[in-house]
Amino acid sequence: MEGYISLGYGDLGLAALLVLTDAGISLALQLGMHRQLLLSAVRMVVQLFLMGLVLTTLFTVVSPAWTALAIVVMLGFAGREATARQERRLTGWWGLGLGTGAVTLAAMLVTVLALTTALRPDPWYDPRYAVPLLGMILGNTMTGVSLGLNSLSSGLVQRRAAVEARLMLGHDRRSACAPVIRQSLRNALLPIVNLMSATGVVSIPGMMTGQILGGVPPVEAAKYQVMILFLIAGGVGIGAVAAVFGGVYRLTDRRHRLRLDRLAVLKD
Amino acid sequence: MLDVDELCRPGLAPVSFTLAAGDCLAVRGPSGAGKTLLLRALADLDPSHGRVTWQGRERNTMSGPEWRRLVGYLPAEPGWWAETVGGHFRDWPTLIPLLTRLGLPADADRWPITRPSTGERMRLALIRALEVAPEVLLLDEPTAALDAASVSLVEQVIAERRAAGLTVIWITHDAAQGERVARRRLVVEAGQTRVEEIV
Repeated sequence: MEGYISLGYGDLGLAALLVLTDAGISLALQLGMHRQLLLSAVRMVVQLFLMGLVLTTLFTVVSPAWTALAIVVMLGFAGREATARQERRLTGWWGLGLGTGAVTLAAMLVTVLALTTALRPDPWYDPRYAVPLLGMILGNTMTGVSLGLNSLSSGLVQRRAAVEARLMLGHDRRSACAPVIRQSLRNALLPIVNLMSATGVVSIPGMMTGQILGGVPPVEAAKYQVMILFLIAGGVGIGAVAAVFGGVYRLTDRRHRLRLDRLAVLKD
Repeated sequence: MLDVDELCRPGLAPVSFTLAAGDCLAVRGPSGAGKTLLLRALADLDPSHGRVTWQGRERNTMSGPEWRRLVGYLPAEPGWWAETVGGHFRDWPTLIPLLTRLGLPADADRWPITRPSTGERMRLALIRALEVAPEVLLLDEPTAALDAASVSLVEQVIAERRAAGLTVIWITHDAAQGERVARRRLVVEAGQTRVEEIV
């Protein structure tokens, strides 16, 4: 390709030094994150190279079964990642189930909406559209769900006395938890607000740049990017609401009691 | 009448007693024996077993919030959710006579919630609990942080409410206070509970 600068493995190794620097910072300042940093970097490398292979295969076979399998695997990992780094996790199946459920519901709704109305590829499940689209929506939705659930559980623990004070006065669980619910949803939605405000000025979207470099007219490329960001905003909103309200449902009971005994003890 | 029959929960020995409307039961026992757990179970803030009936109505026949509007609870460390004092009350102006009696200024509703002292918060929380007009009130050491004058004001206010029919369960470490406010006491000890007459 004309003007294409190929990266050598030596170049990657040089850039990897930056991750090692992060790990060094973690060690020096006792952040306890060096293992996480290095593991996630190794995972990222393996996952991206595998994804390259998987995508090439999916795009050539265009099979509904293989596309569905890829999507199920992506959703499973998104659910796991959304709950993996929670400070306090819901006990039992709820821990993994709520995060995965919320991510799946939101990302699938938004992706199917886009595929059946705006994009309409033929066939509609064409992996060239379905998989990258889901991937872009899923990442942000996962972050929203994760932030929402994390603020909910830590908010209810920290503000337990305030929540129970309202319950004692005869408020129902929705009204007693309302301040914590609002804060959790705000925290979940803040990154997408930042993302939309900064896009095009601070952050230059990779997909759009790629399209322009590939010869797509700038306005067409911008339309795609706008579409994607709207879809992401929808996915984050739906996912966060599902996760936070599901979490409130689980952390209270039918007699409108706060049930923090359904949170796993904080691991340190 | 409040009828408590074999109320059980983890951390507390089974409790049974009856209490006539307008009567007061003092609760005494060493720290950690489960006195607060008992009040939380009575207010239905934690899961518990056993029958609790007020004026012939079994607790489980009504919703949690309905029950808690009948059976108010003032914890030892009350919680606050709003930025200002006034944000915790439904109708501040109607409460001014009671606030003044308990030594609180009429404009305290504009205070930020960080301003009142521990003793002031306790009295504010008492007024907040009374504003809902509960028929039973569960008190967890409501006067522990108060000076002698405020203690007797709080006791007077509760005594008046009792004369008007309020039923009270009152945790106190002060034996003399227990004798002043109640004729019977519930002794909560690790492994057992018993009701005795105060002589």
